[in-house]
Amino acid sequence: MARLVAWLVLFGSAAVFPLFSGNYPVKLLQEILIWGIFAMSLDLLMGYAGMVSFGHSAFFGVGGYVAALALTHSPGTLSALLLPALAAGLAALIIGVFSIRVSGVYFIMLTLAFSQMFYAVTFQAAWLGAEDGIVGVPRAPVLGIDLAQPMRFHLYLLGLVALAALLLRRVVRSPFGHVLRGIHENEGRMQAVGYAVNRYKLLAFVIAGTVAGVAGALYTQLVGSITPDAFLWTTSGEALLMVIIGGTGTLGGSMLGAAAFILLQTLVSSYTERWMLILGLTFILLVLFAPGGIVGALRGRVGLRA
Amino acid sequence: MTVAGTPLLATEGLTRHFGALMALNGVSLHVEPRERRALIGPNGAGKTTLFNLITGSLAPSAGRIVFDGHPIAGLPPHVVARRGISRSFQRTNLFPELTVLEHLRLAAASGGRGSYNILGTISRLPRPLVRAREVAEAVDLADRLGEQASHLSYGEQRQLEIGVALATGPKLLLLDEPTAGMSPEETQRMTRMLEGLPREITLLIIEHDMDVVSSLADRVTVLHYGEVLTEGTFDEVKRDPRVYEVYLGSA
Repeated sequence: MARLVAWLVLFGSAAVFPLFSGNYPVKLLQEILIWGIFAMSLDLLMGYAGMVSFGHSAFFGVGGYVAALALTHSPGTLSALLLPALAAGLAALIIGVFSIRVSGVYFIMLTLAFSQMFYAVTFQAAWLGAEDGIVGVPRAPVLGIDLAQPMRFHLYLLGLVALAALLLRRVVRSPFGHVLRGIHENEGRMQAVGYAVNRYKLLAFVIAGTVAGVAGALYTQLVGSITPDAFLWTTSGEALLMVIIGGTGTLGGSMLGAAAFILLQTLVSSYTERWMLILGLTFILLVLFAPGGIVGALRGRVGLRA
Repeated sequence: MTVAGTPLLATEGLTRHFGALMALNGVSLHVEPRERRALIGPNGAGKTTLFNLITGSLAPSAGRIVFDGHPIAGLPPHVVARRGISRSFQRTNLFPELTVLEHLRLAAASGGRGSYNILGTISRLPRPLVRAREVAEAVDLADRLGEQASHLSYGEQRQLEIGVALATGPKLLLLDEPTAGMSPEETQRMTRMLEGLPREITLLIIEHDMDVVSSLADRVTVLHYGEVLTEGTFDEVKRDPRVYEVYLGSA
């Protein structure tokens, strides 16, 4: 109950935030929301299915690029959301079929390799703008709502973020989510009692990829462009850090982790050139002294429970 | 050696080697429906290897396995489990952070399509929950449903180990040393529990405790160096001088 109230207050504050704030903080908040969804989709894999992927950027990038291409050619709901989601889901299906055969470090390496392939291809492809990417992507009307108006775009973004978060929450609590936890805990025993473990993992991979694709599409709409950097391993790595900072296997933690990461990055980089160093030290301390992440620390202090 | 009727489980010339090591060599085993069969033999006789072959964890090097009239050798473990063979493990093999109820519910839900439901809730899938509670009753854990597996006592973990295997609703239940590491009281409790299982579930049980074997098994098969040494009722096997030799070391 206390958690529900806390989330509602956060959501409400985020909704009215643009009324009281300048452009830059609003953009920062929107970035946090999008990264939060991206990190949450990764948490479905890491925290629930126990699949640590280092190539989640592939789906963020595919969503972002498909949105950019589609919106440039024919603006609308289909281009802004549906096509990117479908494309990212399809990419996850294909990459998943190959990657899920292996686990642990090999899974990490394979997913990383696939995402880097996307980077290499987009970096070279002239029709995708090569290293400059696709720029000048318009904010198209979605469901007949004109998103050129900033407050409308903000609410559109917030609405989708809430929808994605609720969807993922529903998934982890479903019978399917329960199976994922079983796989995480003891894959061999799940097989022994009759679960086709790889099919469940593949489905989780596709769901996570699809949601990551939506995050990528939203990102393109936020900044109006997409570059090959979206596919870079750092994109996957930052999402991974957000999940860990927030607390793996908590979903909500990923959103808090995204906020902590982006705020810290912004804050520290405005003071010093060596922000990476400060950031790195902070994360080391966090992992050492709050291994359960922000959510773990909150639960310990305030006595909140799962 | 044969009882009337078609066997539920039949292996013919089942062989498995690991490199030069012959773990199992031409084992032919017939288990009738409703039978309770014990599998005994010294360490390294190939008992667990036989379980691994039957359940699909290992592929046989040669030989056939027929279950319920269908060949199953080489099928992956989850398919074998779906056909109605379930097993417990010698070393407790649970989901440490899941509760007793979650264990049994997961195992009971493994056969249905409902587990692919990504948006429903667990309570909307009532049958596995009902089954889980029944099994909890059968393995004496009905008052521990909300407890995490890692918080259970060793004896309780062993009971849950069997509960998980039982919850899938198997026709054939393979138990790998269910009383391993148990105190005499825990062993007694476990034996009573196993005796109380419905007769429809055919049992194949690896066990070292001869009291457990004598009170539970209709027939006993003795494995030695990967081969069947002898087979019969407990008393027949007990009188066989070769069995003595095998257990007391080299003659």
